[in-house]
Amino acid sequence: MAIDGPTIAEVLRQQGISRRGFLKFCATTASLMALPPSMVPAIAAALENARRPSVIWLSFQECTGCTESLTRSHSPSIEALILEQISLDYHHTLQAASGTAAEAARKAAMQENAGKYLLVVDGSIPLGNAGFSTIAGISNLDMLKETAAGAAAVIAVGTCAAYGGIPAAQPNPTGAVPVSAIIKDKPVLNVPGCPPIPVVITGVLAHFLTFGSLPELDALGRPKTFYGETIHDRCYRRPFYDQGKFAETFDDEGARKGWCLFKLGCKGPVTYNACATTKWNQGVSFPIQSGHGCIGCSEPGFWDAGPFYKALSMPIGPAKAAVGAAVVAGLAAGSAVALRNRSAKKSAQAAHQKVTVADLEKSK
Amino acid sequence: MSALELLTWARGTGLSLALVIFVFGILLRLFEIFSLGRKADLSRARDTSPGSGWRTIVRRSLPPPGLFKRSPVTYIGGYVFHIGFAITLLFFVPHIELVRGLTGLSWPGLPMQVVDIAAVAAILALFVVLASRLTNPVKRFLSGAQDYFAWLLTLLPLLTGYLAFHHVIVDYTLMLALHILSVELLLVALPFTKLFHTVSVFVSRWYNGDIFGRKGVAS
Ligand code: SF4
Repeated sequence: MAIDGPTIAEVLRQQGISRRGFLKFCATTASLMALPPSMVPAIAAALENARRPSVIWLSFQECTGCTESLTRSHSPSIEALILEQISLDYHHTLQAASGTAAEAARKAAMQENAGKYLLVVDGSIPLGNAGFSTIAGISNLDMLKETAAGAAAVIAVGTCAAYGGIPAAQPNPTGAVPVSAIIKDKPVLNVPGCPPIPVVITGVLAHFLTFGSLPELDALGRPKTFYGETIHDRCYRRPFYDQGKFAETFDDEGARKGWCLFKLGCKGPVTYNACATTKWNQGVSFPIQSGHGCIGCSEPGFWDAGPFYKALSMPIGPAKAAVGAAVVAGLAAGSAVALRNRSAKKSAQAAHQKVTVADLEKSK
Repeated sequence: MSALELLTWARGTGLSLALVIFVFGILLRLFEIFSLGRKADLSRARDTSPGSGWRTIVRRSLPPPGLFKRSPVTYIGGYVFHIGFAITLLFFVPHIELVRGLTGLSWPGLPMQVVDIAAVAAILALFVVLASRLTNPVKRFLSGAQDYFAWLLTLLPLLTGYLAFHHVIVDYTLMLALHILSVELLLVALPFTKLFHTVSVFVSRWYNGDIFGRKGVAS
């Protein structure tokens, strides 16, 4: 998958990243990917000598939030640099070329690196009507199929590409589907999140460069190392959950004391992601740390999984109205049964025939 | 269907359906029981014993003299199960949130560890009373399929809740969905099985106490 040009080590050096900083990145990556420390030199060697892999990035029905998340950091991290430097022969938002030249760049990258390039996709693909989302007059579906055909692997970045996301939320007006619903003959790796954590992308890239393969995936196509545990498993507010100390509103005593956000609708217990450990903005914080419950954005169908601000154990259906109707129906049916019982009793009484000893004697 | 979708169904449509059947069934059974009525008792009351019904409610919860020694398993097992179950049901904060979501009522919960112990005690007690039911010839003779079914329906919510809380066997999302579904099964079956005693126990005890009071054997 390598093409001519500077190696990653050269690129990093040009950017002023020291070897020490680079090795630290390799060590962090190894630990994040749950690899033994003995793998660090192998990762470093592989990364140093790897030529820029060609990456084609396609954006379909999306909000560009994933790209923003991955590229906008105030002080560019090694992750961001690796991402920017090794990638992107084609990316709508980031490339300089536009129009015909942009499409020509995509075709050229596909031809030069046939079978070797990585395809990154963000956004879902509309199946309802080809015209719902097009790029250079090409439908998302056609462009995905065409570009995936020569790719070594496909990485679906963000919940939309991984599971359909918001475009696929009910009633899914465009018939949006995830990448995995279309690409069946290539390895598809999901990096869900709205947006996903940048270091997961670079971790996956580092793994691909080091071992030439994708990391181990779970049943939902996510790298196990990053999505193996729930937010709740790793949440620093967990002791408060266990002690039964909860914030009741966003500005009460409990909220100020940093108590658990379960009652405010936190979906941490059912959300598999690494936010609580890797955190965001170079490890500064993550939503729960800033006082807002997890909304479960990396789970399939999170958008339709009930209100964000209702506790996980609260009913989300028309339970109240249904119970009201049940009371009415129960009272009506109960009265009917009562009436029937009464009339059965009355008719039994009326039909009751007394038998005397004389009668019995007679029948002998 | 993903685990989260199953959970969403269980919290939404599933819960609504179960509650409808539960409430409908309870009302129907109560009407049935109360509308049966009793024949007017034409004899004079043997004893004026005000409060016999109320006292029976309490006394039937206590072992009569000598019985505790003869069947300790029944009493201890019964107590441990019912108290453990009540603590788990009423003082686990997510359960209180559910009630608050439905009715607006809420009360303080207990720390998770306390509820955890209560749940384990209730589960163990259920197995102990089952063993006693199977080994004691009288109890076994008196037990029918419905009794074992009711036992299973009661065990499942406790067991799935415990497993979900401790994240074992399957992932939390799926186990939570199974937990809620098992509760829904219990809700649906409750009005139509012996589990209806949850609603009727004190009514029938009061009635027994009162009628026996009239007959001269007041509590
Ligand atoms: S804030 Fe959310 S993730 Fe953290 S302990 Fe509470 S419920 Fe779990």
